[in-house]
Amino acid sequence: MREFIDGSEVVARASINSGCNFFSGYPITPATGILLHMLKELPKIGGIAIQAEDEISAMGFCIGAALSGARVMTATSGPGISLYSESIGAAIMCEVPMVIVDCQRMGPATGGATTVAQGDVQFLRWGTSGGYPVIVLAPSSLEECYAITQHAFELAEKFRSPVFLALDKDLVYTSSTVDTIEISRKIMPDRSYAIFNEKYLPFAVENSQDTPVFSPYGGANRVRMTASSHNEAGFLVKDPKTVNKLNDHLFNKINQHVDQISMGKADLQPGSKILLISYGTPSQAMLEAVNYARAHRKQVSSLVVQSIWPVPEKLILACLEGIQQAYVIELNHGQYLREIEKLAKQDLQVIGINRVDGELITTKEILEKTGLL
Amino acid sequence: MNTLIQNTYLDEEKLPYPFCPGCGHGSILDQLNAALIKLNIDPRKIVLVTDIGCQGLSDQFFITNAFHGLHGRSITYATGIKMTNPELKVIVLIGDGGCGIGGHHLINAARRNIGLTVIVFNNLNYGMTGGEHSATTPTGSFTSSTLQGNLERPMDICSTVIVNGASFVARTTTFDHQLSNMMAQAIQTDGFSLIDIWELCTAYYVPRNNFSKKALEDTIVKLKFKTGILQNEIHPEYSIAYRENAQKQLDKPIFSSYPLEEKFSHQLKELQTLTISGTAGKRIGTAATIFCRAAVLSGLFATQRDDYPVTVKTGFSLAEFSISPDATKKTGNTYPDALIVLSIEGFKKVQSKFETLPESTTIYLDEDLPSIKTKAKEKRLNFKKTGLKKEYWALASLAYVLNITGYFPVEALVEASSIRKEFADDYLKAINESQNL
Repeated sequence: MREFIDGSEVVARASINSGCNFFSGYPITPATGILLHMLKELPKIGGIAIQAEDEISAMGFCIGAALSGARVMTATSGPGISLYSESIGAAIMCEVPMVIVDCQRMGPATGGATTVAQGDVQFLRWGTSGGYPVIVLAPSSLEECYAITQHAFELAEKFRSPVFLALDKDLVYTSSTVDTIEISRKIMPDRSYAIFNEKYLPFAVENSQDTPVFSPYGGANRVRMTASSHNEAGFLVKDPKTVNKLNDHLFNKINQHVDQISMGKADLQPGSKILLISYGTPSQAMLEAVNYARAHRKQVSSLVVQSIWPVPEKLILACLEGIQQAYVIELNHGQYLREIEKLAKQDLQVIGINRVDGELITTKEILEKTGLL
Repeated sequence: MNTLIQNTYLDEEKLPYPFCPGCGHGSILDQLNAALIKLNIDPRKIVLVTDIGCQGLSDQFFITNAFHGLHGRSITYATGIKMTNPELKVIVLIGDGGCGIGGHHLINAARRNIGLTVIVFNNLNYGMTGGEHSATTPTGSFTSSTLQGNLERPMDICSTVIVNGASFVARTTTFDHQLSNMMAQAIQTDGFSLIDIWELCTAYYVPRNNFSKKALEDTIVKLKFKTGILQNEIHPEYSIAYRENAQKQLDKPIFSSYPLEEKFSHQLKELQTLTISGTAGKRIGTAATIFCRAAVLSGLFATQRDDYPVTVKTGFSLAEFSISPDATKKTGNTYPDALIVLSIEGFKKVQSKFETLPESTTIYLDEDLPSIKTKAKEKRLNFKKTGLKKEYWALASLAYVLNITGYFPVEALVEASSIRKEFADDYLKAINESQNL
């Protein structure tokens, strides 16, 4: 059986199937669809969805709920991410598992509410003080919206970290044909909690890159959380050794697990000197361009990056092997191109195919600019 | 209720408090400890949420759960905690600074009547960052940021939350011997409770304003701010009200999906793209969705992308959609195979495209629209003659195109248009009238 539905509904269904039972957001185009689905559906399964008084509150509610044991998600667009910024830092510092959906729209500022763009790619990575890493996943089709939303919840739990879903207006607003998605309540195991321990330490880890064992407010243990530099017990500290240990942990927890987080779809043609790279909606036109070129006996490889942060360096380097020209196709002035350039050897040309006018990059445009037409 | 008697909620190993000599913070914490002892609550069922400022150091001295977050946001975390676990006693310790920067949260927490207890450490200035003026600094006072005397009026925190629906509200000073009783009463309140506690900041406000206990009490009188218990009303607490309301919806089916079983056959060889451009509010997108669902009922794959201005009921509305026998082909060529233009708003949106469209495109336009210059095939449709309301023109035009092209049976369109029962008759009429276009 098939259905004809849009990306907002796919993300909402995937989140509920992943055990999401708390949602808070503030209305903003093009993320409102997700908010409305969650407000409508979560109460029916005993979950909670609240329209907050602003984005700052939405993030605060989510942090409080997650630390009380809820599996949380919020959804917004670029201007909302701006308001989330300080709380993203708090979520990193308190090691809060949460999924944050960014339905990207045209910027800067209020930009174009109903206009597609991918201008938040660097912002999501660097959008809070301190520069500590987060995980950002980018589905490129409706089908991927489902699987990758579920994956986002898994990673959030595994690393006790905010995990972003970088969507765009076209992914959430476009309706498409999908195989019927079964609505089951929970397919993910419940979060494992620390057992009672009079000496429970909320931030204790054996190795720097480990994730501390979670215990919710109101659970077996007394829990002390703080957004300030802290020791294992959650007490505010300034001692350089302890602060250093904490900050290294927050850095290593994500960056030493790139291989576990790394996701992408590489379609490599032996002997190809051209690699097309994209993520999100423009990947669809890219894959069609690849099909067209190959049908016309041209050699070309492609890579759809699905985990954009941390940068899946090994995957990208493997795809760049033997390549002379890499084209990075994105709806901004070349934000991810910078990451590819950092990995490129000197004799490799890295070229951007970009649009910032609110229109999608077409298959024809890609074929023309790459000389594959 | 705690089964064990809790003699103290303070962590003796952490004491003494780090506050300045004469600062009121320590006395508020002692009274809070006394209130908790009186109530004898399991420390694991209490969450102290602290804000930024000197009072933000407070939670470290208690053996309860604690959260120390960002400036002014303590009420938001507390709301998330209370919503998730209404059993918990969630106590927010916030300064006058936090009430200023987080004023929005304060008002909305009161308005929701969420069951938090907010203890305001109101020392009339920012004690941690160097004694700048806050939202509660009295007019004329000297602070490091009001060197000529404060021109602003102080915020009346109590009146603000009362007028917005708080359940329990009181104002007093750190010199009040009944403070612990008042706190116990606030913590036992089911809804939103707040105590605005005025105190001395001996580091900054006292020396700069020659302030004292007497001056503090006189200031409250002079401002005509009331003291004591100012509000004590029972009305529904939000986390409970939410659950009661949700209870009525529990186990209703989630996500009203429309499974589309393949019932019809199609004649389509390759991907076709269509664009329909008209006026917002005239069911342009809906008609395209019906068409796409009909295509899926016929075993095709469909994709629809809508565009409209920020407004919803004025201006243009445009739907671009494609149908394909192949699941992987979703976006089409640069040019649509069919372009349908229904109104002048829709005409203006796409008029720059007319000249660029190739011979393979067919443009369908309402008869009354201006003449166009194009290489594409042009076909005029007479919607007025059908007598259909404008809301049904889009679907009628798609039925017309379907009749000409034969992509899939019109019966599929009829079936897809009956998914929404309330409009089924009108949609059927539109599909039938398409023969008269």
